Amino acid sequence: MSSSVKHLALLCAGMVIAAGTFAYGAEPGYYGYGERATPEQIAGWDIDARGEDGVGLPAGRGGVIRGAEVYAEQCAACHGTFGEGEGRFPKLVGGAGTLRDDRPELTVGSYWPFAPTLWDYINRAMPMAAPHTLSADDVYALTAYILNLNDLVPSEFVADRESLPKVKMPNRDNFLWTDPRPDTAAKPCMSACVDPASVKIVSTAEGKNLTPRTTGPLDTMQAK
Amino acid sequence: MRPDLWRSISLLSSTGAHTRLGRRSLLGLGAALTGGLALGPKQGNAEPSPASPPADAPWSQSIGPGVVDRPYGRPADTETGVIRRNVPWLTAGTESSISFSPLQDLHGIITPNGLFFERYHAGRPDVDPEQHKLMIHGLVERPLLLSMKDIVRFPQVTRIHFIECPANGGMEWRAAQLNSLQFNHGMISCAEWTGVRLSTLLEEVGIKKEAKWVMVEGADGAHMNRSLPLDKCLDDCLVVYAQNGEALRPEQGYPLRLVVPGWEGNVSIKWLRRIKLGDKPWHSREETSKYTDLMPDGTSRGFTWLIDAKSVITFPCPEKPLSDPGLYEIRGLAWTGNGKVKRVDVSTDGGINWQSARLHEPVLSKALTKFTIPWRWDGAPALLESRVIDETGYVQPTIAQLRKQRGTNSVYHNNSIQTWQVKGDGSVFDVQLG
Ligand code: HEC
Repeated sequence: MSSSVKHLALLCAGMVIAAGTFAYGAEPGYYGYGERATPEQIAGWDIDARGEDGVGLPAGRGGVIRGAEVYAEQCAACHGTFGEGEGRFPKLVGGAGTLRDDRPELTVGSYWPFAPTLWDYINRAMPMAAPHTLSADDVYALTAYILNLNDLVPSEFVADRESLPKVKMPNRDNFLWTDPRPDTAAKPCMSACVDPASVKIVSTAEGKNLTPRTTGPLDTMQAK
Repeated sequence: MRPDLWRSISLLSSTGAHTRLGRRSLLGLGAALTGGLALGPKQGNAEPSPASPPADAPWSQSIGPGVVDRPYGRPADTETGVIRRNVPWLTAGTESSISFSPLQDLHGIITPNGLFFERYHAGRPDVDPEQHKLMIHGLVERPLLLSMKDIVRFPQVTRIHFIECPANGGMEWRAAQLNSLQFNHGMISCAEWTGVRLSTLLEEVGIKKEAKWVMVEGADGAHMNRSLPLDKCLDDCLVVYAQNGEALRPEQGYPLRLVVPGWEGNVSIKWLRRIKLGDKPWHSREETSKYTDLMPDGTSRGFTWLIDAKSVITFPCPEKPLSDPGLYEIRGLAWTGNGKVKRVDVSTDGGINWQSARLHEPVLSKALTKFTIPWRWDGAPALLESRVIDETGYVQPTIAQLRKQRGTNSVYHNNSIQTWQVKGDGSVFDVQLG
């Protein structure tokens, strides 16, 4: 083997080893990019509270009366004074006992399994036009108010990181958290699969007048 | 081209050239008329139309705008109707809403970036990539803050995957309602994504033994967050900054988003800013109040991430009816969160008899797959359906089969067979069969 070929072979072997390490990346800090997040930085970003056990709920507290005040100012325009929902904005109240109905009403009160999720969501996403601008105390107060509107806590209830995880939501135990699918077992039959007499149109979109146009400019169609 | 040549061309077109070309095009028109007579129209009136096209159209006898006339290209002016569309009556406003891809006008498995469906919960944020950072923390050895420059340095991967909102078709649980391919199926799009494997980032921070779940969070006003099992994150999730070869569109999460292949679109967090490892799921609002499936007995299914196999005929469809009887190609798309599409069958008689369609390469895992099958339409009413079978053997169900299991109030994961009714005049309607 000429020295240059030998050199090439060694080089290739080296590349293979390098590629191997590259692919498996293995030990932490292998690449070494970026900066270590400091505890202060993490504290600023770490906004989540877990639903089931409330881990992550911050210090602070708020009661129903203060909640009603903040709510009237910041929330009622969309969600209605008593959570009944304006227009197509979501209702925050009602629907208890309707989950098996033909037209169930899914709200915080009737559907949500965990109370800390309410604190977490208001804190991260509401009010719609200025999300994540409320103090922790006001978010606790709003949480207390909305739970009270749903008759889930008394008017003297004070929400904080201790009390919220203890609120038992009515629908809490009705969730299956493992996916049971596939729940159908269709067979890929190829011929004479169904009785031709049974092939009937049972519903059609024709004439329902719900479909916006799909040519020309955007439609502005509103509900009938 | 030499500048002097340019000048002579523009002189030509601005002086006598037009009259000369005009005469030539008249001659061309004569030729076209004779040609038309000689061949004879296939059917219908024998009279050739006096408006038969000239042999040379105006654009063949003039010069068009030069390069960089459109430094960033766009579709032809006649294609301006090919756009994402919304159903205005569906949501209170457009900031927390959806728009649908115009599947009826798309011909491949890749969705053009400007037509990728949208789903926002707090509108489309305008994120500055210079300031945007990704924090990875929680049950990790070395919490990190990564800039976009840092993220792009990691080993790159490129993959083609669909993203589908699990509410796609959600308006059809009870009955056929919307007479449209776009509105019934347009919450799916597919792109080539480029970025870094999530597993690479997680290995870089060092996963602690107790970590089982991963919370991902966006930088939009909704601070949208979801929980994912660690196993899925280590399997095939991607943190991407590019879509079909260019930077992500703001609508798709610019400058950084997660792609969770084969799972409901909501978990592919856009404007990704934080990843936190924990020992339990978070049960955020988006995985309790929403993206859970209410069953007839009042119980609900949560963490139903998988997109089941689904297919739909994209031609013909309500937006693209048939014209005359004759030979057509039925075309469509199929996909499955389980991996690859194995087979697609097509029926023209409402599911009595089926024939397997041709699958077009590439058939990729967790990507759209195109299928076609020739069909001679005799002008009689027909009921068109497609049915996908994926590599796990799972067969796409009918709406009746799904309803039997889940009732009509589960909103999400309607992957049932679509039936298109073709009438004798070639028009097409969204229907459901008993
Ligand atoms: C501008 C209108 C608007 C205002 C003001 C507003 N919201 Fe909302 N809210 C919405 C919309 C729209 C949604 C649904 C958002 C979505 O699904 O992405 C929502 C959702 C919610 C939900 C979740 C409902 C459910 O069942 O999932 C809660 C809780 C909520 N808002 C609380 C509040 C509170 C508390 C305030 C005041 C601090 C507030 N909102 C202010 C528009 C508003």
